[in-house]
Amino acid sequence: MNSFIEHTGKIAVLDRANIDTDQIIPKDYLKSIKKTGYGEHLFQDWRYLENGQPNPEFELNQKRFEGASILVAGNNFGCGSSREHAVWAVLQAGFRVVIAPKKVLGQNIIPAFADIFRNNSVKNGLFLIELTDSEANELMALVNAHEGLQATIDLPAQKIILQFANGSQAEGEKEFAFQIDPMVKQHFLEGLDEIGQTLKYQNEIGRFEKKHDVQI
Amino acid sequence: MPQTLFEKVWQNHVVCELPGGQTLLYIDRHLIHEVTSPQAFEGLRQTNRAVRRPDLTFATMDHNIPTVDRFNLIDPIAREQVKTLEKNCAEFGIPLYGLDSDRQGIVHVIGPELGLTLPGTTVVCGDSHTSTHGAFGALAFGIGTSEVEHVLATQCLVQTKPKTFLVDFQGQIPKGVTAKDLILKLIGTIGTAGGTGYVLEYSGLSIRSLSMEQRMTICNMSIEAGARAGMIAPDDTTFHYIANGNRPFTPKGKELEKAISFWQSLPSDEKASYDRRITIDVSSMAPQVTWGTSPGMVTDVTQTVPNSDQVPGLSPSDVEKALTYMGLTPGTRLTDLKIDVVFIGSCTNSRIEDLRAAASIFKGKKVATSVTALVVPGSEAVRKQAESEGLNKIFTEAGAQWRMSGCSMCLAMNPDKLNPGQRCASTSNRNFEGRQGKGGRTHLVSPEMAAAAAVEGHFVDIRTWL
Repeated sequence: MNSFIEHTGKIAVLDRANIDTDQIIPKDYLKSIKKTGYGEHLFQDWRYLENGQPNPEFELNQKRFEGASILVAGNNFGCGSSREHAVWAVLQAGFRVVIAPKKVLGQNIIPAFADIFRNNSVKNGLFLIELTDSEANELMALVNAHEGLQATIDLPAQKIILQFANGSQAEGEKEFAFQIDPMVKQHFLEGLDEIGQTLKYQNEIGRFEKKHDVQI
Repeated sequence: MPQTLFEKVWQNHVVCELPGGQTLLYIDRHLIHEVTSPQAFEGLRQTNRAVRRPDLTFATMDHNIPTVDRFNLIDPIAREQVKTLEKNCAEFGIPLYGLDSDRQGIVHVIGPELGLTLPGTTVVCGDSHTSTHGAFGALAFGIGTSEVEHVLATQCLVQTKPKTFLVDFQGQIPKGVTAKDLILKLIGTIGTAGGTGYVLEYSGLSIRSLSMEQRMTICNMSIEAGARAGMIAPDDTTFHYIANGNRPFTPKGKELEKAISFWQSLPSDEKASYDRRITIDVSSMAPQVTWGTSPGMVTDVTQTVPNSDQVPGLSPSDVEKALTYMGLTPGTRLTDLKIDVVFIGSCTNSRIEDLRAAASIFKGKKVATSVTALVVPGSEAVRKQAESEGLNKIFTEAGAQWRMSGCSMCLAMNPDKLNPGQRCASTSNRNFEGRQGKGGRTHLVSPEMAAAAAVEGHFVDIRTWL
């Protein structure tokens, strides 16, 4: 995978919770033996009407989000099936970053992203950012209030820096700090080949296999 | 220090700890299928890497095969995926239970059937319902295609140790309530993300009373609660299942005795601690029916469709979107919902006991004229068993269709799918928008509830029939 250090792009908002991988890439588009060709079918069933025309009601079809590369969505994004095609579709549709809120509801903590989707994202260089519920709401409100709002994701500094266009409200810049697992951070900064890394442990794996009984 | 079942299995598979706190974990069984593996093999070819343990890798095709005429794969892209799997298995020396094999079936049905799934092992597959195999006390979880490639090349995975979550189902399971209802109730209680980051362990006397197949139904839907894995401690029920039946990969004779004495050491120690616990009283439970577009949108069959502001943990706008998609009006009784299609099958509920349960409802009755009913066995072995018991006759005499094995209408990647607007009572695991066909409306239920809905043409509280 390629390294990810900094990214600047337009932000789009899709304020729905529990967006599952069946919505991200419907199964009709999984029947390929390749890793490419999924971007045009991202959110297919929401994006297009029966007659194949773009659905004007769907948020991401709005002109103000055209060309966006940073997606802000609801919590538990990417739940459901393990299909990595969902991550390929998001990336191939032009998104490099997905931002979602972690929600706390009493004893229940609803994470921003589902587990398998998160893993698949790391392997493919799709950068995920978890904000608090109130931060995400504030970010969504700012995007909705400022058409064409751009952000820079600064990974070394762990910041989302919003850049308000000249002529809009003179708010200058606004920042959101984010947390990230140090291993994941290193993985993105260096763009590591994980299989290559693991193959450095061939001797350890071989030794383990000698003493390990796979039947029990 | 006292350990949980999960911690014991995890510890037995640690190859080494990696800098940064992650673990290199050894994988005992790698199951692959036609949809999520082609790009992984392509990656191996591009990097000139081999499959480290083809003897621990097992393949079948299940997702996109037709259930009527399985050799007549009309869809050219589905055919290419099937051919590609055949080619990859031949090239890398991986055993394949293909379309012509009498052991072919849904990957999570044939793993246990063949004896590949054993207590204390690690099992992975490029499919989120791999959690099914946890019913045996295996650590089993779904992975993406990059991880499939990683396991093919190294027989290991780089993992962060998950947290532990004990789910204690207390009380006796009432008549008419099934394993399916228990897991739906849990998902409704903790939400579809309540288990994210955890490995669930199901315990309690009610779990002990369940058969292996019922335990598989529970573990299967762990992922619908957000947990990659769910586990049940092995016991005599587990050992009996493993020791009996035609299971070529189980240890035999002295080896089996040795294995059982090891497996008996796997259950969680009495004083083991968990990161989270929940107790669910099953003794007063009712059969469950989902009403929305997420498995957590579920309630008792006796209830009505909720108002958008009456669902804890969900925003009114998300509930409204779900109700609009499902074509439902708040206040409607679930038992008044007319059903167009009934699907009995999937890796959740397609094993022989599920088919027997459905047949006991269909026996001597007819599928309502307004309903199309499909019964799809989870494997060819299940199909043959069902036919030897005459269950297929009960289904066809009632007017239901009897098919060959496969994933079928659970995910509609094959010719079995709903038409837009059709309402389906389904024994599968996901009621996402479009899951069973674009515009299709899915209600998840147990096999008994699905069969009764087929007969009446609407949902019924199965308890009134018992």
